[in-house]
Amino acid sequence: MSIKEKQERVTLGFWIYLMTDLLIFAVLFAVYAVLKESTYGGVTIHEIFNPPFVLVETLILLTSSFTCGLAMLAAHKENKKMMVPYFLVTLFLGIVFLAMELYEFAHLISEGHDWTKSAFLSAFFTLTGTHGLHILIGVIWITILLIHIKLRGLTPTTLGKLTLAGLFWHFLDVVWIFIFTIVYLMGGVS
Amino acid sequence: MEFIFGRLTLNSLPHEWFTIGGTGAITMMMIGIALFITRIKRWKWLWNEWITSVDPKKIGIMYMIVASLMLVRGAMDAGMIWLQQAMSVGASSGYLSAQHFQEVFTAHGVIMVFFVTMGFLFGLLNYMIPLQIGARDLASPFLNTTGFWLYVAGAILVNLFFVFGGQFAATGWLAIAPLSGTEFSPGVGTDYWTWSLQTSGLGTLMGGINFIMTILKMRAPGMTLMRMPLFTWTSLVAMCIVVTIFPILTATIALLSLDRLFGMHFFTTDLGGNAMMYTNLIWMWGHPEVYVLILPSFGIYSEVVSTFAQKKLAGYKSMVLAAFGIGSIALVVWLHHFFTMGAGANVNAFFGIMTTFIAIPAGVQIFNWSSTMYKGKIRFLGPMLWFLGFSGTFIFGGLTGVLLAVPPADFQLHNSLFLVAHFHTTIIGGALFGIFAGITYWFPKISGFKLDEKLGKYAFWLWIIGFFVSFTPLYILGLMGATRRLDHYDASTGWQGLFIISVIGFLIISSGAIMQVIQIVVSIKKRNKNLDTTGDPWNGRTLEWATSSPPPFYNFAKIPEVTSRDAFWEMKKNGTHNKKHEYKDIEMPKNTALGLYISGFALVFGFAMVWHIFWLAMVCVVGGVVCMIIRTFDNETEYVVPAAEIERIELRNIKQRRST
Amino acid sequence: MTNHKEEGTTSSLIIGFVLSVLLTVSSYLVVTQRLLPSDMIIAVVVFLALLQFVVQAIFFLHLDKESGPRWNLVIFLSTLSIVAMVIIGSLWIMTHLNYNMMPNSIIQDYIQYDEGISK
Repeated sequence: MSIKEKQERVTLGFWIYLMTDLLIFAVLFAVYAVLKESTYGGVTIHEIFNPPFVLVETLILLTSSFTCGLAMLAAHKENKKMMVPYFLVTLFLGIVFLAMELYEFAHLISEGHDWTKSAFLSAFFTLTGTHGLHILIGVIWITILLIHIKLRGLTPTTLGKLTLAGLFWHFLDVVWIFIFTIVYLMGGVS
Repeated sequence: MEFIFGRLTLNSLPHEWFTIGGTGAITMMMIGIALFITRIKRWKWLWNEWITSVDPKKIGIMYMIVASLMLVRGAMDAGMIWLQQAMSVGASSGYLSAQHFQEVFTAHGVIMVFFVTMGFLFGLLNYMIPLQIGARDLASPFLNTTGFWLYVAGAILVNLFFVFGGQFAATGWLAIAPLSGTEFSPGVGTDYWTWSLQTSGLGTLMGGINFIMTILKMRAPGMTLMRMPLFTWTSLVAMCIVVTIFPILTATIALLSLDRLFGMHFFTTDLGGNAMMYTNLIWMWGHPEVYVLILPSFGIYSEVVSTFAQKKLAGYKSMVLAAFGIGSIALVVWLHHFFTMGAGANVNAFFGIMTTFIAIPAGVQIFNWSSTMYKGKIRFLGPMLWFLGFSGTFIFGGLTGVLLAVPPADFQLHNSLFLVAHFHTTIIGGALFGIFAGITYWFPKISGFKLDEKLGKYAFWLWIIGFFVSFTPLYILGLMGATRRLDHYDASTGWQGLFIISVIGFLIISSGAIMQVIQIVVSIKKRNKNLDTTGDPWNGRTLEWATSSPPPFYNFAKIPEVTSRDAFWEMKKNGTHNKKHEYKDIEMPKNTALGLYISGFALVFGFAMVWHIFWLAMVCVVGGVVCMIIRTFDNETEYVVPAAEIERIELRNIKQRRST
Repeated sequence: MTNHKEEGTTSSLIIGFVLSVLLTVSSYLVVTQRLLPSDMIIAVVVFLALLQFVVQAIFFLHLDKESGPRWNLVIFLSTLSIVAMVIIGSLWIMTHLNYNMMPNSIIQDYIQYDEGISK
């Protein structure tokens, strides 16, 4: 059975996995939607929403998805000279995104608005935190793949795995669109 | 100290009669097995041939062995429940404390659903799906072994409380909030529930993805979807449901864990928590799950009926549509489990109506099976008996389900013994009898010899009589007002008589189960009289019968070309199945221990999370991730079986087939 | 691979990126500058999100380009319907449950609020 058939099979399997991940997020979204008003007298989303900060975060992640796409195009053309820098930029932007999110969390916690204070805060931290955890996993994964490429060059198998990692990264940006809209923007409306 | 050991103390070690007993039993069993293996000098063999194997046939057998062990445990729990309820009337409070009784019925449910039924199902799927579609393995052998060992890790965790902690969840098998939160269940019991289900759930999800990939992408050339056997079809639908719903379970249990571990407030009674959301989410998983349990059995019945009536299955297309129908409707009925929680008439009406719709595809199946049997030459052998037992029992169970689907009726019967009888009728009559039918049907393929027919008949009659003697009283009790999970009731209710009849039923069922064990032992002893030398003991219709019994490790020397449904029947008609052909080299996956190691880390991780030993949990996460990374660096995961070796095995098998 | 296809894909990435940025910033401005009345904002913002989702699905995830039986697309669409069921189903059920099962203390709050009685 050809490499192409094998890749197709692996891609299908990964795609199914990605859909199960999407369903986990769906549950977290549903829980957030149900619990977002349950602030128990504490802070509401409107009060903790920092518009410019979240906009910058969003644009950074969006750009990283773009550079990831450029990196994948270079990879398919076997242009390692372009591919590696694009991936490094993607990783850098991903880490900046994480740093910004951690800063936001630290700020909330220092003001006493941690996840034990209300159902809303529990749901908020869990939804955004789970997304952040996935970004962290994506960063580690792409780093490992870059190490693979350094040690063994860009083989067809590694190219296949890079494609999956790229899919993962794009998927995380798609999820963020909805976090940005449903958590932050809709919270900004009151 | 607290950092190193979390909340584990000397007091967590066994110090009550049942924890000492349980620990003793488990330890003795393990020592016994270890001594036996040492005596017959088979450790290396065990490691190479079974533990690190990625052969789905071996993994399938291992699943079924673990599932059988868990069946013993689950049945013991059932016996304890029966006994308690027959004894605990009026002045007597039985022999179990209320707390212990709650832990027993919780464990009973968890073990039977997650570890027995799912275990047997995955066992049969692993062995038979590749054979039925003309493949040599699943799409990902690595995921397969990892999924299996994760299941084992979950099974260990659910039993580990005997040794450490002495307490299991006392919350019911679904651990409904807020009872399952730290406020009302502060001990480790519920945490064992949480982490054993997360671990085995991850394994199940891997299996689901693997089987979908396999069925969609690895069918033999010419086997279009509409030429697949019905067992493969219903299993595909079941696996699609699995990948849809297990993420929901994972997320929900994770949220409960966050409440318990980090003081979050998803399902707590204060600070804005909403426990009703837990019920909503857990049943979103829970209802489709029962259809996962039964759909493969429906497929088995289709295979058995057409084989033993010696007729093509009637209405193939409608059977496929029925499977899809059941699968789809199953996803939109979950609220019928909590009609009484208060969503109101409109919501209840919608879900009630959707629930009654499931009867339609179920009915289509019954009609098609009947139609297949009509004017067929029926052979009343073991598998066919289990099917007939199923059809009577399941129709009864299904009808009571439709009754319960009507909200006003459910308001009377919700959480009564009527409900308990209903779901046991459908699970035992439907899923379990299907598993028995499948095991009896496929036993010769797996072992090379048939099971003793007479003992099998005795076992069947004991089971079905015992079943009705046990559960009919429960239907009546439910209608009389008896609720479920009662550890004590007043003598004035007049219920004790019916509970006692139920215990008698349990004893009859147990005799049936013992008879099955005897059947297996006797069949092994008499195996030379019942040898299956042709590979096709029942005059079967599907591809698994085209191999020797048991099949060679590569299943097919040459992947068959399929030209119609009932592919093997077609091959026999055209005389193409024993043709000699040119042998080629075959690529097969290598064994790997990484699945075992990852699951080992998962097991210790679960243990660490239960006891709040967070440094250990982190170590295990790193360990598991490192294993996965190591796997990605492994370029040689396959090896080549030379054509000469294939030829040698095939010629030997053909010689055996021809000599009868 | 021909030059045409490469350029095509690079330019499609750029189109996708630019569209996504525009949609993101528009949503942002609609909310922060209150460009529309409250009840319309939510609908518009959700619509813009769905639009960006389609844009990214086509330009980043390449969901329209799949050879052979389109399993990926089928699986994707089925998952979306399940996601809708999970979220909409939960919201519908929980709204009804919360209303019917409201604790008495909160009912009293609502009554007092409706009657204009301040606490």
